[in-house]
Amino acid sequence: MTLEEVARRLELESLYADYAHCLDDDRLEQWPDFFVEDAYYRITSAENFEAGLPLGLVYLTSRAMLVDRVMALRKANIYEPQRYRHQIGAIKIAGDSGAGLDVVASLVVVRTMQDGEMILFAAGRYVDRLVRSGDSWKFARKDVVLDSRQIDTLLAMPL
Amino acid sequence: MDTHALAWPKEGNSRVPYRVFSDEGIYRAELDRVFLGPTWQFLALENELPNPGDYKTTFLGETPIVVTRGEDGQLHALVNRCAHRGNLVCLKRQGNADLLTCVYHSWSYDLEGNLKSVAFRRGIAGKGGMPDDFRMEDHGLQKLRTDHFAGLVFGTLSPETPPLAEYIGNMVGGRVGRVLYGKPKVLGTTSQILHNNWKLYLENVRDTYHASLLHTFFTTFRVARLTNGGGVLIAENGRAHASYTRTKDETVGREGSDQLYAGIQSQRAGLHLEDTRLLQQVSEFGDDITVQILSVFPNFVLQQVNNSIALRLVLPKGPDKTELQWTFLGFEEDDAALQELRLLQSNLVGPAGYVSMEDGAVGGFVQRAIAGAEQQTSVVEMGGYDHVSEETRTTEASIRGFWQAYRPLMGYA
Ligand code: FES
Ligand SMILES: [Fe+2]
Repeated sequence: MTLEEVARRLELESLYADYAHCLDDDRLEQWPDFFVEDAYYRITSAENFEAGLPLGLVYLTSRAMLVDRVMALRKANIYEPQRYRHQIGAIKIAGDSGAGLDVVASLVVVRTMQDGEMILFAAGRYVDRLVRSGDSWKFARKDVVLDSRQIDTLLAMPL
Repeated sequence: MDTHALAWPKEGNSRVPYRVFSDEGIYRAELDRVFLGPTWQFLALENELPNPGDYKTTFLGETPIVVTRGEDGQLHALVNRCAHRGNLVCLKRQGNADLLTCVYHSWSYDLEGNLKSVAFRRGIAGKGGMPDDFRMEDHGLQKLRTDHFAGLVFGTLSPETPPLAEYIGNMVGGRVGRVLYGKPKVLGTTSQILHNNWKLYLENVRDTYHASLLHTFFTTFRVARLTNGGGVLIAENGRAHASYTRTKDETVGREGSDQLYAGIQSQRAGLHLEDTRLLQQVSEFGDDITVQILSVFPNFVLQQVNNSIALRLVLPKGPDKTELQWTFLGFEEDDAALQELRLLQSNLVGPAGYVSMEDGAVGGFVQRAIAGAEQQTSVVEMGGYDHVSEETRTTEASIRGFWQAYRPLMGYA
């Protein structure tokens, strides 16, 4: 690994760590800042993804829609108090076109309800497209591809 | 001893004993009397398995089913249980096969469920093997009756179930055709595990009263309110229902509506969307209906929310567990813009949906709250006591219709 590659790896490691902590610290209002203006964000299942089906459980095609999603979660939707804990790892650069990076990473999410009940809520991978923005990276596309087709009860907060 | 016996309250369909949502004996009886009884249950889209040998698995209640496209080009539905010693024949959720071969002892069936070969049927060197009087034709996979309507294929194990079109009825049948006017194209699927009895979800689907009260997003962004025109159609036998919201026009004016919703938590002033694309609706159904929710007893739902179209199948997984399977549809005829709009509006529904997220949780809240209340009943009196079609959604008539369809099957006079 060249020094440049090591630096890039560290950049990505800290980007994904910041992303996980932003969500898990309930700083959802900052979540859209990880994305470019015309971002594409989708949560889907491996089954849909591998069949090339376009559906998203969450399907957002602008950063403004991410802002709206957070607004709805805060002010409109009703769900029991719960926490997600994201464990993101195995970050891999799958492609580097010069214009941006294709990155895949694994994620596991544990959900804890207000009474303490915990379940393994989600496992899957991020299939991401990152672009340079100043001295940081932003997501131009993020496909959250969940291994399971089933969601327990409901999916509220972002993954 | 009959473990599902129950004296239904004398008030009839306007009272529902909480016990029906939690009792193990009642649940077991439902699997037999409702799901294996004289009811039609959704199996597949007609064009979903295009090639001979294509198959998918599903359920009638908890009974495993495999749906195949036969060499004859027809869809066949079979119980996915080997006639030998009961093993699952098709293990994958979907696939393609020339023969359905059980992995346990290699018995093979054709795509119509006829037994074609038994491994070592004649034994080895004159020893072992099946008796001489074993008749292959007596040991096929159990076959379902199938029938189709507007591109949807349903199945039943009962010889008594009336033809599907008659079962759905003309009134609601027309509302199925209204939505499924094109050649369906699956945009994707998802599924939700609900921690409640299957009937609590069906009550929610038929509950025209709750939508703009529970779902803040619905009300605040005026996707649908009770003050919009609309109503509910209910078949006389209660089996099928369709509720509809007509235009975003307020029957009582915008201010009048805001006044009626004043003090109700679901109306939030001052909220706005940065990107309103998902609230747009393209006119495609030839009328002014913005939301139509339709069900066919026991467990099929067809939804149109603006331009989002989805099938929902409600599968019982135990007295207090249900799987809700969603299939989102567009049509082959859609242009790219319409498909994109359907995908954006899929944000409204499904497990993460702005308007249906709460439905995933509310049944579980009820399930928790009725623990220990087996002797008590709910009150289902909004709009009176009967289950007739009405030009209002401020009613629970179609929930009463559900119980009207349910009670005779269970012997709850
Ligand atoms: S159980 Fe299927 S072949 Fe024996
Ligand atoms: Fe609802």
